[in-house]
Amino acid sequence: MKLDILKALNAERNARRAAVVVTDQATGDQRLVKAADAAKDPLKDLIEKHIRSGKSGMEETPQGKVFLTVHVPAPRIVITGAVHISQALAPIAKILGYDVTIVDPRTAFATQERFPDVKVIAEWPDVALPPLGVDRYTAFIALTHDPKIDDPALTHALSRDCFYVGALGSKKTHARRVERLKGQGLSEADLGRIHAPIGLSIGAVSPAEIAVAIMGQITSSLRLTPEKAPEKVPETAS
Amino acid sequence: MTTLATDDDILKAAEAWRSEGREVALATVVETWGSAPRPVGSNLVIDSEGNFLGSVSGGCVEGAVVTEAIDVIESGKPKTLEFGVADETAWKVGLSCGGTIRVYVEKVD
Repeated sequence: MKLDILKALNAERNARRAAVVVTDQATGDQRLVKAADAAKDPLKDLIEKHIRSGKSGMEETPQGKVFLTVHVPAPRIVITGAVHISQALAPIAKILGYDVTIVDPRTAFATQERFPDVKVIAEWPDVALPPLGVDRYTAFIALTHDPKIDDPALTHALSRDCFYVGALGSKKTHARRVERLKGQGLSEADLGRIHAPIGLSIGAVSPAEIAVAIMGQITSSLRLTPEKAPEKVPETAS
Repeated sequence: MTTLATDDDILKAAEAWRSEGREVALATVVETWGSAPRPVGSNLVIDSEGNFLGSVSGGCVEGAVVTEAIDVIESGKPKTLEFGVADETAWKVGLSCGGTIRVYVEKVD
C-alpha cells in the first residue's frame, strides 16, 4: 500500500467517513474510493454493497479478482440520562468497542466521578447533541424518563438516521411518548423505529441486566439484517 | 488493552511507523473458510525488525506471517499466504479451530 493511500484512508476514518481500498489481486494495484465518490467508480455497485454491509471481501470483476477493504466508522453510543443503567452500560459498551457519550442537564447526575471513563456532557440535548455529529453509525438511547430531556433527543436521533434508537419506559409510557412526538410532526415510520420498551427480552431486572439487554439489542441492530433481527419483544424494563 | 486493539489503531500505527522511517508491511485477511478466528479485513502491521501489532488469526499463524512479511519488505512484492488444516504446514503453524484463511501481505511504501 502506498503511504499516500494509507494517509488518505486514515484521514477519512478520522473524519468518520466510510471508504474502500480496492486491491487488484493479480497486479497489486490499489486505489482508495471515498464513500462520497463511490457512485462515480467503475465498481460502483460492488463498492456500495460493501459499504452498506460494512464487510470487506474478495470479488470477481470483469477485470479480475479484487479485494475490497471496507472501512466504516466505528459505531458509537449516545445516551441521554446519567442514570444507574448508564453506569452499568458504559463499561459494557466500551468493551464491545463503542465510544460512549452521556448527555444529562442534571448536574448532580452528569458527573465525571460517576462516569470515570466516559465523555459526560452536562447540557440540554439541544445544546449537547448538534456538535456531536450523530450519524447512521451511532446508536442512541434515551434513559432519563423525563420527556423534557428524552423527547428532543429522540427527535434529533431519528432525524440523523441512527442505526439504533431505543427509549426506556413501559408500553404505557411509550404510547404517551408516541402521542407527544406525533403531535410534534414525527411520522409513524420514524416512531416505529424506536425500540421501546428497550432491550431484548431476557428477563432483565437489575440495571446491569437491563444494560446487557440493551447492548444485545444494539448488537443485533448492528450485525443482523432487519429480516433476521429478533422480534420486537415484550417489556424488559420500565 | 492490546488484546482489544481495533483495526483503527493498527492502520494508524502503520502510518506512524512508516512516517518514522521504519520499513513496514501490512497483512490483511482476504478470505476465510470454515470457522476462522478473525474476520476478513483483519489487519496485522509488521516492521522489518519483526515488531507487530494486530492479529490475523488470534495468535495461531502470526509468527509465520511476520516471517513472510519481512521477506515482502525486502522484495517489495506482495504475497498471498494460505493457512489451514489441509495445508501441510498447518501442523506446524496451523489453525486449531480447523478453518482456512488467506492472508495478503504487502509493503507500505
